[in-house]
Amino acid sequence: MTQYVQNFLKFKPLLLELVVRDIKIKYRRSILGVLWTLLNPLLMMLVLSVVFSNIFKFDVENYPLYILSGQVIFNFFSESTSSAMSSIINNAPLIKKVYIPKYLFAISRIASSVINIMASFTALILVMIFTNAELHYTLFLSFIPILILIIFSTGVGLILATIAVKFRDIIHLYGVFITALTYLTPVIYPISILPARIRFIVELNPITGMLNDFRDLILYNTVPSIGSFAKSGLIAAAALICGLYIFYKHQDKFILNI
Amino acid sequence: MSDIMIEAKEVSVRFNLSRERVDSLKEYLIKKIKKEIVYDEFWALQNVNLNVQKGESVALIGLNGCGKSTFLKTIAGVIKPTKGSVKVWGSIAPLIELGAGFDHDLTAKENVFLNGAILGHSREVMEGHYEDIVAFSELQEFMDVPIKNFSSGMLARLGFAIATIGTPDILILDEVLSVGDFRFQQKCEQRIQNMVQKDTSILFVSHSIEQVEKLCSKAVWLEKGRVRMEGPTEEVCNIYRNAY
Repeated sequence: MTQYVQNFLKFKPLLLELVVRDIKIKYRRSILGVLWTLLNPLLMMLVLSVVFSNIFKFDVENYPLYILSGQVIFNFFSESTSSAMSSIINNAPLIKKVYIPKYLFAISRIASSVINIMASFTALILVMIFTNAELHYTLFLSFIPILILIIFSTGVGLILATIAVKFRDIIHLYGVFITALTYLTPVIYPISILPARIRFIVELNPITGMLNDFRDLILYNTVPSIGSFAKSGLIAAAALICGLYIFYKHQDKFILNI
Repeated sequence: MSDIMIEAKEVSVRFNLSRERVDSLKEYLIKKIKKEIVYDEFWALQNVNLNVQKGESVALIGLNGCGKSTFLKTIAGVIKPTKGSVKVWGSIAPLIELGAGFDHDLTAKENVFLNGAILGHSREVMEGHYEDIVAFSELQEFMDVPIKNFSSGMLARLGFAIATIGTPDILILDEVLSVGDFRFQQKCEQRIQNMVQKDTSILFVSHSIEQVEKLCSKAVWLEKGRVRMEGPTEEVCNIYRNAY
């Protein structure tokens, strides 16, 4: 165990460099540069709130914020898992030549997405301030569902990365899956409008639980029950353990398939 | 037995060469059901033993495809041996390919830190060596230029300068001295000689027998994944030269 920790510490600078590189490259040659990390979600939210408060309307109080909070959570999941999925394949040239702990590539993609969610979270708060929404002290607890979501996404990302090395199909398949999942998560609609049969499926979706907790804290000034956190937390922990185990079991064979 | 740096015991590496590449799930399932997945087993290395002592420089020679690079990669930890074990004591500077992990959109300066991190050095360590890297690679005016604009020689110079900072315990060289002009080659050789004097062990792969004789005291001749001969450089090289 100490061996693994030491190895991780040795390569911690690399994790940082990889994340910095991701961000640098994304905004290279743009005039506003890193400001885009904040501006981008802000503009997206503007579009969404205009569209959804005028065209589609569900009977939800403060609907723009409802959908924005859903977007913050769901986009993180879809972005982090998709990019972690292709992390091993994309870094094939490097993996073939230098010894680097391979999970680092997946983790660095997750970390880049964490930076993005922090930016879109800030954007969300800004929108709340501009729309004169009430800011509650429960806001400070919203890091809990986000943290659980990050753990969950890391686990899923590791599993996907392992599968993608052997079967490239998963990349295309997962794109479709994510689209389906958008509708199986109460991002744009309130869960109460669903008939019981479909509602059951949506409630099985682990992201639903995390999103509900997040909305409780951000929008409704209520602290979710410990049980609700524990349920999401357990699912996330299970995903992470599965992810680490599967990744660990297969990582030595990656080089034969990339 | 004093100060062993690398100990490779009975190392074997097997590759499964599937006749057709199966990398879609559908194909895989169909073929699996039809039992059509046939692997050609290919042993890239078989029972290779090697001990490298502190300060010793060992050359691996042999024809193309004899397993030299595969062996270096098992030592560097890139490939895990199918059988046998590899133990390494001390820090490794792998020069398997110069500038592996360079990002072509980043500037040379940014790449120094990125590449350093890939080799496991922190930003502080790299800052300490930065002047030396710039001086050695002679790229002073170009450090803020994205390296996609670099020539291959410039990339090689930068890669070599980064990979050989400090005094690693073990230096792995795979054909990297064949790049650059002759003046730079001399400079590289000089740097390697300095390392040998500071007790760095070297594992060297080259097709140039002259270079091998200049740098190494011991040579291992691989043929089809097996050790054909092992001994003092001169002896092995003489027979090797006349063998093909």
